[in-house]
Amino acid sequence: MAEHLLEVRNLSVRFHTAQGVVNAVNDVSWHLDPGETLAILGESGSGKSVSSSAIMNLIDCPPGEITEGEIFFDGMDLLKASDEERRALNGKRIAMIFQDPLSHLNPVYTVGWQIAETITAHGRPDQMAKDRALELVRRVGIPNPEQAMKKYPHQFSGGQRQRLMIAMALGLKPDILIADEPTTALDVTVQAEILTLLEELQEETGMGLVLITHDLGVVAEAADRAVVMEGGRIVETGTPHDLYHNAQHPYTRKLLAAAPGKGEMRQPDAQAQPILSCRNLSKTYGAFHALDRVNFDLMKAETLAIVGESGSGKSTTARLILRLEEASGGEALWHGEDLLKKSPREMGKVRRQIQMVFQDPTQSLNPRMSVFEIISEAWVIHPGVVEKRRWRGRVEQLLGQVGLLPEHANRYPHQFSGGQRQRIAIARALALEPELIICDEAVSALDVSIQAQVIELLGRLRDELGIAFMFIAHDLPVVRDFADRVLVMKQGEIVEQGPVRQIFEDPREPYTQRLLAAGLDPDPEVQRQRREARLKLSA
Amino acid sequence: MQKAIGKRAISSFISLFLLVILVFFLSRLTGDPAALFLPVDASEEMLEAFRERHGLNDPVIVQFFSYLGDLVRGDFGDSLRKARPALDVVLEAFVWTLQLALITMALVTVAAVTLGSIAAFKVGTAFDRFTSMLSLIGASAPDFWIAIVAIVLFSVNLGWVPTSGTGSVWHWILPICVLFIRPFGLILQVVRGSMLSALGSAYVKTARAKGVKNRPIIFVHTLRNAMLPVVTVIGDQAAALLNGAVVVETIFGFPGVGKLMIDSILQRDFNVILAAIMVTALAIFIMNILIDLAYALLDPRIRA
Repeated sequence: MAEHLLEVRNLSVRFHTAQGVVNAVNDVSWHLDPGETLAILGESGSGKSVSSSAIMNLIDCPPGEITEGEIFFDGMDLLKASDEERRALNGKRIAMIFQDPLSHLNPVYTVGWQIAETITAHGRPDQMAKDRALELVRRVGIPNPEQAMKKYPHQFSGGQRQRLMIAMALGLKPDILIADEPTTALDVTVQAEILTLLEELQEETGMGLVLITHDLGVVAEAADRAVVMEGGRIVETGTPHDLYHNAQHPYTRKLLAAAPGKGEMRQPDAQAQPILSCRNLSKTYGAFHALDRVNFDLMKAETLAIVGESGSGKSTTARLILRLEEASGGEALWHGEDLLKKSPREMGKVRRQIQMVFQDPTQSLNPRMSVFEIISEAWVIHPGVVEKRRWRGRVEQLLGQVGLLPEHANRYPHQFSGGQRQRIAIARALALEPELIICDEAVSALDVSIQAQVIELLGRLRDELGIAFMFIAHDLPVVRDFADRVLVMKQGEIVEQGPVRQIFEDPREPYTQRLLAAGLDPDPEVQRQRREARLKLSA
Repeated sequence: MQKAIGKRAISSFISLFLLVILVFFLSRLTGDPAALFLPVDASEEMLEAFRERHGLNDPVIVQFFSYLGDLVRGDFGDSLRKARPALDVVLEAFVWTLQLALITMALVTVAAVTLGSIAAFKVGTAFDRFTSMLSLIGASAPDFWIAIVAIVLFSVNLGWVPTSGTGSVWHWILPICVLFIRPFGLILQVVRGSMLSALGSAYVKTARAKGVKNRPIIFVHTLRNAMLPVVTVIGDQAAALLNGAVVVETIFGFPGVGKLMIDSILQRDFNVILAAIMVTALAIFIMNILIDLAYALLDPRIRA
């Protein structure tokens, strides 16, 4: 029998839920060798995290049930080992880091204590744990390590928290590190740094790395091998190169086809008239400039993308225009009239013309209202748009426009998938026949294949109905496919703005160049070039 | 934090002042103390002399300002009944109530937090169901009825403990046990619920992935996070006890502030009522500050 560092054989896990039995993974087999990086690629619900949870004994039984399979590590079948034997392996031989480090770190203990705990939990003396924790905090690149040890998770940035999670996982130099979507909610430049750090640490320690991700770019950047999962089964295994150029399974091909950033770039219409012009728009919180004299125009029926990292002022811009927050200075001219000077009553009328679609449709749709009520509510607030007797027909028409069915009007949000919910949110925005729809990270939470469909829908609405979009996003490939013009923001200022082709093919500002170089491409060859460009820029 | 406490002190002082106004005038509505204090056959002259002596003939508003003037000098007036400073009378009773409240709440906290945490960890087991049932009974049982039944059973029939009064350790047992039941039931449920959601949180998953053992996961990682809502309820329940457990103190003849207040209201001993209300209000105010401090101690995010 060929010895692998870790081998999952024919694993099947099911969960007993209120909706019945769900087969989370079915007959899944994979292995990992020392020093190797294996990516497990899949969309939400594909079961990509389940085998790792089984390795770490993190599946609660009930409701989970491991029906079949073996997990071999170090000559031992983990599924036959006792809880105590497995606890002794966790953190010591096999460690794990997660997405969203803020919620995965305990908010009430210092990070120094939490990192040291990995070591003390396995019986090492306190002082040794402390010294090693400090060494690790320094190694993962946290500034002022001594002070950082005494701070709490909420006092760090997202990227730093993930570095601290990594430090915590590496306390006892594990043979295997499982990273579950380790860079998903992070800014692109931070994502690239974290992946580089993981790679360096892997070289230093020779550990095997399991990288669970939904992002083909992450696979191209970091993986030696990848398994593609769909509906709880492995559909394909191969090197990133093979998968990209030679995908066998239709699902892999579908994923690759849905990956954004390959389409024809749009040419902005030079004749278009501006409908919204912001002049020196500013917002300060005390001495802090959230938005500093921002100037831009938004034309009729165009998509203006605003890109930038967290804290750059993208969402603040939208909130000031809609008067969800009051600006500290400047003007926002809507058809020549300053929105910032309008009375609440006048603003109410403008809100009909400017609608908003948010990132998380689960939270932005009232769970106790039916789809019909959600969409027609807009006509209660703005009477005169649609006569009451025509509401039913109009709701069904709108649902058709966003690719849903008329009978969906009587259902409730929880009965839909994430992508369908976002379509409902779009139908709601369309109900008032707006001129401008502001999309704040509207496709960021969706799976790639769903994302592509929603973008296609938005593009169609723009072209058919002449709606303009302000498209706030951190995901550059999506912007590349959808935008006419792009604003690049950093720390409350516009760094660069121009037509999409100019921004992507000929970025002038170093910051834009760095942002583009940090983005990950599904093509391993392109990604290699990006990586070289990135290293050159950071040198 | 100091600023927050300062703000809290000012707003509490204002509420205290409003409370004094309210209680002062409301208590005057209950009627004439002279009628209760003097014998039924007292002559009109005697009543008049009594009123004159205690300033009860002045217009109520004049009485109020002279009362405020005394208050500023730290004089709470004398008790009509006991002819002693009202504050002394109240403080004497308050010490009894404070002891009763502290002992009861300490026992309740230890018992409810331990049992609630274990119940949450063993959710769905027989232990969990048993403690849940126990807490539900505790939270909904009427204390006056339990007090009376307890006296009948343990004092009258079995003769294990005295029926009422103070004097020995034995006198404390029944009041504490009766007062224990309701806060125990309530807090146990809050602990269990709060622990359940904390045990399902992401940082517990991390701790398990680190190989941390079950006991520190429950009592180190989860409990501290789960304590915030628990501390709120503990404070709430303790405040109720500090106000004087009126019913229980009365049934057991326990000389605490609750019993004192009932007696003073029945006797229209205005100065004692006011002093008692101010002392308990101050105690509750101090306890609220302690709860804020406990929050900050438990959760570093609040300290900022």
